[in-house]
Amino acid sequence: MAEALDLKAIGTRPVRPDGIDKVTGRAAFGADLHLPNMLHGMVLRSPHAHARIKRVDLTRARAAEGVLAAVSGADFPGGAGAGDLAKNVIARDKVLYHGHAVAAVAAKTLLQAEAALDLIEVDYEVLDPVMSLDEAMADGATLVNESQHTNGDTSKPASNIAATQRFERGDLEAGFAEADIVVETEHRVPMAHQGYIEPHACTATANEDGKATVWCCTQGHFDVRSLTAQVLGEKVGNIKVIPSEIGGGFGGKTTIYLEPLAVRMSQMTGRPVKMTMSREDVFRATGPTSGTWCRAKIGAKKDGTFTAASAWLAYEAGAFPGAPIGPGCMSVLAPYEVPNLVIEGNDVLVNKPKVCAYRAPGAPQSMHAMESAIDELARQLDMDPIDLRLKNSAAEGTVAPYGPRFPAIGLRECLEAAKVHPNYTAPVPEGAGRGVAVGFWFNIGMQSSAEVRIAEDGAVTVMEGSPDIGGSRASMALMAAETLGVPYEQVKAHVGDTESTGFCNVTGGSRTTFATGMAVVQACEDIIAQCKQRAALTWDLDEEQVDWVDGEAVPKPGVNADVKPLSLADIARGAGRTGGPLLGRASLNAQGAGASFSCNFTDTIVDTETGKVDVLSFTAVQDAGRAIHPSYVEGQMQGGAVQGIGWALNEEYIYDDNGVMENAGFLDYRVPVASDMPMIDTEIIEVPNPFHPYGVRGVGETPIVAPLAAVSNAVRDQLGFRIPDLPLSPPRVLEAIDEQGGGD
Amino acid sequence: MGAYAYQAPASVEEALSTLAAEAAAGNRAQMLAGGTDVMVQMRSIDKGPRTFVDVKHVAEANELHIGDDEVFIGAGIASAVLNENDELKSILPGLIESADLIGSTQIQGRATIGGNLCNSSPAGDTIPALIACGAVCVIASPGGNREVPTEDFVTGVGTNVLEPTEFLIGLKIPRPKGRSSDAYLRFIPRTEMDIAVCGAGVALTLDDSGVCTAAKVAIGAVAITALVVPDAAAALVGTTVDDEALSAAADASSALAKPITDKRGTVEYRRKVVGVLTKRAGAIARDRALAL
Repeated sequence: MAEALDLKAIGTRPVRPDGIDKVTGRAAFGADLHLPNMLHGMVLRSPHAHARIKRVDLTRARAAEGVLAAVSGADFPGGAGAGDLAKNVIARDKVLYHGHAVAAVAAKTLLQAEAALDLIEVDYEVLDPVMSLDEAMADGATLVNESQHTNGDTSKPASNIAATQRFERGDLEAGFAEADIVVETEHRVPMAHQGYIEPHACTATANEDGKATVWCCTQGHFDVRSLTAQVLGEKVGNIKVIPSEIGGGFGGKTTIYLEPLAVRMSQMTGRPVKMTMSREDVFRATGPTSGTWCRAKIGAKKDGTFTAASAWLAYEAGAFPGAPIGPGCMSVLAPYEVPNLVIEGNDVLVNKPKVCAYRAPGAPQSMHAMESAIDELARQLDMDPIDLRLKNSAAEGTVAPYGPRFPAIGLRECLEAAKVHPNYTAPVPEGAGRGVAVGFWFNIGMQSSAEVRIAEDGAVTVMEGSPDIGGSRASMALMAAETLGVPYEQVKAHVGDTESTGFCNVTGGSRTTFATGMAVVQACEDIIAQCKQRAALTWDLDEEQVDWVDGEAVPKPGVNADVKPLSLADIARGAGRTGGPLLGRASLNAQGAGASFSCNFTDTIVDTETGKVDVLSFTAVQDAGRAIHPSYVEGQMQGGAVQGIGWALNEEYIYDDNGVMENAGFLDYRVPVASDMPMIDTEIIEVPNPFHPYGVRGVGETPIVAPLAAVSNAVRDQLGFRIPDLPLSPPRVLEAIDEQGGGD
Repeated sequence: MGAYAYQAPASVEEALSTLAAEAAAGNRAQMLAGGTDVMVQMRSIDKGPRTFVDVKHVAEANELHIGDDEVFIGAGIASAVLNENDELKSILPGLIESADLIGSTQIQGRATIGGNLCNSSPAGDTIPALIACGAVCVIASPGGNREVPTEDFVTGVGTNVLEPTEFLIGLKIPRPKGRSSDAYLRFIPRTEMDIAVCGAGVALTLDDSGVCTAAKVAIGAVAITALVVPDAAAALVGTTVDDEALSAAADASSALAKPITDKRGTVEYRRKVVGVLTKRAGAIARDRALAL
């Protein structure tokens, strides 16, 4: 297994193949494509958070100078009965959030398109917007969708609660009765955006033969293909999607917004149509992650042993069902052995944009609640917060709250490493506070394909279909180099379009290095098998008599053959004589994704006169299974930590009374700037995943989970009382200090 | 977005006649310095047609003069030039740090104090600092130059005393004498690249025994324009600027503040923190003066 491997390429830190083009400005992102005769598309967005559309009249816009096409919901199949995805792309009977797309135009210039938007006539019947979970879940609430019944149960009245979920184990009440101490907390975490730097952009061109090509920035071009086809009522095979380089996604680029509009308007005009979002559009109309309301309760014996725990979660879905309550419920107690538990989740509609995935979707919010409660428990027990977690930590064989039994996992190893980390053994700086929390994410497998092609000089091309959002091409090249036994520099990894490579599910779920990596390894093994066969043919031996060692075919020990080893280049050069070009391939539905656990701790200091929280140090310890490219694993850990800290301290959607987002820009939606952050210290733990050839778990999502509670717990440590809600923005913190009569 | 024109007059005279000609033709003229506000506004808020009149080529507006009695900073001088001028930083540290707080290094290569003042935002960082150190606006006007104290320049959110045919040439600042110094602090939730939730500028003079003989305090982002706080200054004069005096100055700033609640802070928050900033800026200005 992986531990026994003598690794040469894996674990090194070579320069990423896309790095030079990115730092020199050569890399082409979503908005960089320009085609001859290209039109510019723009979207008319709803000025209301909730309204019925009485009439859309495009007549004047269509007649405007330079305008060649204008569309509304009527130009797409399904009408008022269209699916949620289609209705989110362009509204039909109702607009469900401020910024919801109502119509679009394509014109020869951007200025003409912008001017034409003003000529579109829309009559609205304005409805009360539903802007909070409390409002949405109250009896007699205004309904976002009048025909929605919880879990589809039409015997009950219509409700804003789209779905519920429940996990139960043991006897909760008996478990709490058994406890010496029970802690209960309640928390609200605001809606937050992924904050990727690159706004959504696409260009589409439809030809007379009914085929369309879409260029866009996405985490999954195969998904863009199927979703776009679905909204347009087209066949999947009629659409080709070419992914650009991507300027960040974090889960937010796993769906579609502009693509069907651009394709439809290209079909109508016969000309390419380019559409880009402004930053404001991105905030108002693309999927952030859920604002949440969570209650956590946990009981323990005096020695710290957990006896029972419960969690109640309500998540904002936005305008359509689909809040990540499943993962929120599955994560909340995943790190612990808890004999008795009840976990309940509610997926709740509100008049805000439809949520989309954001790095470990649903886990940061629910685990913020439970990790805060566990922190309070440690205080009441007077136990070190790491020791309390170690005492109850899940390990190999633990049955997760959501069912399966964990194989080898690295939570204990993370906790133990954190406990002895120099940042933890160092005293808390004068006046500051220290907070600890753990993080978890399942990681997923799903479908991937890869091809490996060998050029006549032995150059290796890896072709796969997982858009590279975090250095995955470097990882693929490293795994290919390791498997084939060739230098990293000999391998180039490429992300192919939907017609150049086999199907790959979206880059998400921390699956790419695990699942697509597994496909790359298998495709390389296919190459090795072919090389052994070609060598056997050359040497007049049986295939079974040939070995592949350090990038060369050699006779197996004991085989009597006086031959020189054949390198990949030797075999490739002579491939014409032994059966043709070397082409390896693999496709799979990867099983055995390994959960990645983390332990984070941070020292923060609150300016008690202004309420400002400064992060003095932050340490992230995480199990990667195997770090293929340690720099990019550390980069994931650091990036996730910064996003989590930003969410904990300042990031939030702020709405006015009419449901209009007030801070739709980076000035007032405050992601951290570099100078806000200390160096995020990292320590990679490697407990190999037994189901991956090199032990990979996937590392991209776990890093954002623990920081919310770690920061909250550190602020609690200094102030002596807990501020349960996020963000810990200066006005909230100062108000809390004033209510407590001063923090010192 | 509409039609735009650009003019780059080389002198005050030429600039005034350009403004007059545009006004006569019924065109909207907009003075342009670094463009760090104007360009953003043109792309997002107000896309209407206009003629830009670039102050960066007007000779008089590009002078930086540090005299024995007076400092002159032309309206076209980029912040980066000020930030790198050690003499200026030593005599007007508060004013220069207010300019250094605005934008990134790249932005500071274009941004100007004059532009910050003429943009006339309630949250403009240099405005309280300019008021505190007694800066006077030198305005080119068809009838000849006129001078307006900075506290009288801004009249409302985004508005000021300039007529369409006038423009700001630069700022005249009395050179601090003896043990005089200044400081400016603003509060933002981040460390940089942000907009003031509130701000406070303090300039003061100490005598040989460390007693404050003169002070001026101005606060920003807590009313529609920056405010002079006479009671805060009065609380400092005659004291050694000790904790008690600073605390009284803080209370005076909090009392005078007329903030609003918005996405950046509440009334209560701004009122309280502008006092904290007054106190802290006062202590910094005192320590700087004592070190002279």
